[in-house]
Amino acid sequence: MSQIENVSRRGFLKGILGTSALVLGARYVPAIFSAAPLRNGMTDADRATFHPNVFVGIQPDGTTYIVAHRSEMGTAIRTSLPLVLADELDADWTRVKIDQAIGDPRYGDQNTDGSHSIRSFFDIVRECGASARWMLIQAAAQQWNVPASECSTELHTVVHTKSGRKLSYGALASSAAKIEVPKKEQLQLKKPAQWRYIGKGVTSYDLEKLCTGKAMYGMDARLDGMVYASIEHPPVFGGKIKSVDDQDALKVTGVHQTVSIDPFKPPAAFQPLGGVAVIADNTWAAFQGRKKLKINWENGPNESYDSAEYKKELQDTARKPAKVVRSVGDANSALVSAPASNMVEAEYYVPLLAHAPMEPMVALAEFKDGKVTVWAPTQNPQAVQAIISSELGIPKENVICNVTLLGGGFGRKSKPDYVAEAAVLSKKLGRPVKVVWTREDDVKFDYYNAVAGMYFKAAVDAQGKPTAWLQRSVFPPITSIFDASAIYGDPPHLAQGWTDMPYDLPNISIENGPAKAHVRIGWLRSVANIYHGFGVQCFTDELAHRAQRDPAEYLLDLIGQPRTLDFAHVEYPNYGADYKTYPWETGRLRHVTDLVVEKSGWANKKSTKGHGFGIAAHRSFLTYVATVVEVEINDQGEIRIPRVDTALDAGLVVNPEITRAQFEGAAVFGTSIVRSGEITAKNGVIQQSNFNDYPVARINEAPQQTNVYIVDSSAPPAGVGEPGVPPFVAAFCNAIFAATGKRVRNLPLSSSGLFG
Amino acid sequence: MVKINVNGVDHTFDGDPNMPLLWYLRDILGLTGTKFGCGMALCGACTVHNNGVAIRSCITPVSAAANGKIRTIEDIGVNGLHPLQQAWIEGNVPQCGYCQSGQIMQAISLLKSNPHPTDQQIDEAMAGNICRCGTYQRIRQAIKMAAEKNV
Repeated sequence: MSQIENVSRRGFLKGILGTSALVLGARYVPAIFSAAPLRNGMTDADRATFHPNVFVGIQPDGTTYIVAHRSEMGTAIRTSLPLVLADELDADWTRVKIDQAIGDPRYGDQNTDGSHSIRSFFDIVRECGASARWMLIQAAAQQWNVPASECSTELHTVVHTKSGRKLSYGALASSAAKIEVPKKEQLQLKKPAQWRYIGKGVTSYDLEKLCTGKAMYGMDARLDGMVYASIEHPPVFGGKIKSVDDQDALKVTGVHQTVSIDPFKPPAAFQPLGGVAVIADNTWAAFQGRKKLKINWENGPNESYDSAEYKKELQDTARKPAKVVRSVGDANSALVSAPASNMVEAEYYVPLLAHAPMEPMVALAEFKDGKVTVWAPTQNPQAVQAIISSELGIPKENVICNVTLLGGGFGRKSKPDYVAEAAVLSKKLGRPVKVVWTREDDVKFDYYNAVAGMYFKAAVDAQGKPTAWLQRSVFPPITSIFDASAIYGDPPHLAQGWTDMPYDLPNISIENGPAKAHVRIGWLRSVANIYHGFGVQCFTDELAHRAQRDPAEYLLDLIGQPRTLDFAHVEYPNYGADYKTYPWETGRLRHVTDLVVEKSGWANKKSTKGHGFGIAAHRSFLTYVATVVEVEINDQGEIRIPRVDTALDAGLVVNPEITRAQFEGAAVFGTSIVRSGEITAKNGVIQQSNFNDYPVARINEAPQQTNVYIVDSSAPPAGVGEPGVPPFVAAFCNAIFAATGKRVRNLPLSSSGLFG
Repeated sequence: MVKINVNGVDHTFDGDPNMPLLWYLRDILGLTGTKFGCGMALCGACTVHNNGVAIRSCITPVSAAANGKIRTIEDIGVNGLHPLQQAWIEGNVPQCGYCQSGQIMQAISLLKSNPHPTDQQIDEAMAGNICRCGTYQRIRQAIKMAAEKNV
């Protein structure tokens, strides 16, 4: 049991923090600071019906516990958000201990996706820290019998400046616990100049553990008496078992039994896919037993799915008029009246993409006395509670979801089908079960990023600038996992680089056509921006070259003068953010473009045969990014990426070093998409299986050097995990054109037929 | 019955001798620092040392490791961090960190055979270790940093 206690946190905070400790619950709605006083907050928070979101607790020895309620998959959010709280608390970071939250609605949203953790919780955790600091100051002032206004804080200490007296936070913990929680209006947030950590950042709280093998991932969870399960899923999405012969499987040493899991009831959502689980003493035995299963499948209607045929259908659909999602002027009339010599058309295509995080799907669950406790690498612990509740017919609050570290997520681990599998099996077997997916399971049973076909058409004037612009995309929507009949893009995903195509042109038509899903579609790092950014930014580059103009200068010309885009008459969800707080400002896209042009030395870097430079700019997750990619291609078609320059405006950046790392990583992620990212299907069966046939970028294929330039901004904070991917993908392809004259319109390169 | 030495400790294993070393280390010995990523020696997350040389434990049967000395990430830096681990920390290399045990074990093996590798030699030696987060340029830098300090 000793190992599990490392990841089991439910009792941790309660146990560590005695009654004398100051425990403060922040509420999802900051206005709650005007509500009833929070005393001995842990108890109050447990009872709260309005969702507290962050806890900070200070022990008499000064140890300060800050709860991380977001999942850690490599973005260091488990560090950066608590760091914001620590700053407003004026806490000594070396005395802070981070405690990972279980899934619980009192924290508000916990789905760590959409690059929004900082943006959504920045103000809330600041208020939480400031509130605790206020109470510590009050407690000290009372002890000294001086006005609180004469007191201030200095790194974990309250100071009375006039008398020079000091009291440490630890010494004040007991008395501060008796102080009423201040109203929001009473709080004095630090001024940016007073910030200790925000904007300066620290490295990951877990850094040393990550370098010594001591970090605990879902794959590392153990419980006494647990068994291991490996599951043979229906090879075709929606398939069912006809018959099972497990005789040979049961002969494998270490195999206990096999268990059937029911197929999902459409829509699939996060339900287990169904199949046959082999239960064994250890992972290897479970894998071996599975190979001996003989199963007859009823494949169902998706058996006819063939990705090559599907591609043709998508492209046919994309050529036909479709649903208009945004329109400026009258693009269709302008396109009809333009002479053919001034007309430019192009079709772009991006296949299904798999997430392939380094840690395959895995989860440990124990069903006991009507309750389930799980340990899982999940981005979405409340969705774990919801799906297990519905699968097992128990209340959500009887599902305890401990969140381990994640060995990568990229959106896959927001969908907890694999966690539900472990819970279902544990209930059936009456003992703890650890479900371990193989890499093959991961690649074949993903929630894939949507395959997309895009059609572009522009009429250009004598200078080669568009007078009319039509863009039409067709992709099976993510909403299809929740509503099997969904075939059109939903507004939030159309808003990802499509509805908000920012160019200042007189006639624009932005359209979306229908496509039916035959596999599970899901979010992958930057999601619909991957294909939308690729299409728009590469078509722009095509037009620039046709006009014989510098691509950077042409791009700036199309973006136009600084202005705020008007979506008053368009459905534009803006990543769930308030548009007044986060307007779409073309000036900021211009600025990052100018910056990357300057920093990359674009003006002096002329492309030659085999050596090219490409540029692209894109806003996603409220962050503006422009990227220049340098490529070298030899006569054998081998591609190197010596250098990438990327400039970003993400508003206020809490942790610059971590942000740089995210954009370096995004360039590598984008490299995989361009070079080799492709999932295909025949007879409904996914053809790829592992890193041999679903290759991802290796050290010798990835950019040699990515330089990241962060715009110094006091605008509200925006996303940094995802926005680096889309402009990199397009700039990389534009650089390939500059080096070779070959236009990459179909991803990936490995099946484009362009090179070798 | 297989006799095997892991991190200086002798063990005997009477289970399936074909079980890959990876699962023996993780499931039987509880040494979970070595990671499962692909099961086919394609990603390097499972890298350990056999007599000081990097091997992929996911395709190495326990029986094949019987006569060697196996060393895992748990034994690296037990008496203070290894210089490569220090370089990893100084260079802020990991993101999710899942692959980094394997990366570090591979890098130790590289510097042992080639104390001052060029960029190209680093790339060649590390090409079998995938990092999906994309920390490669920091890995390269950290190896060079450690090499300069004459590991």
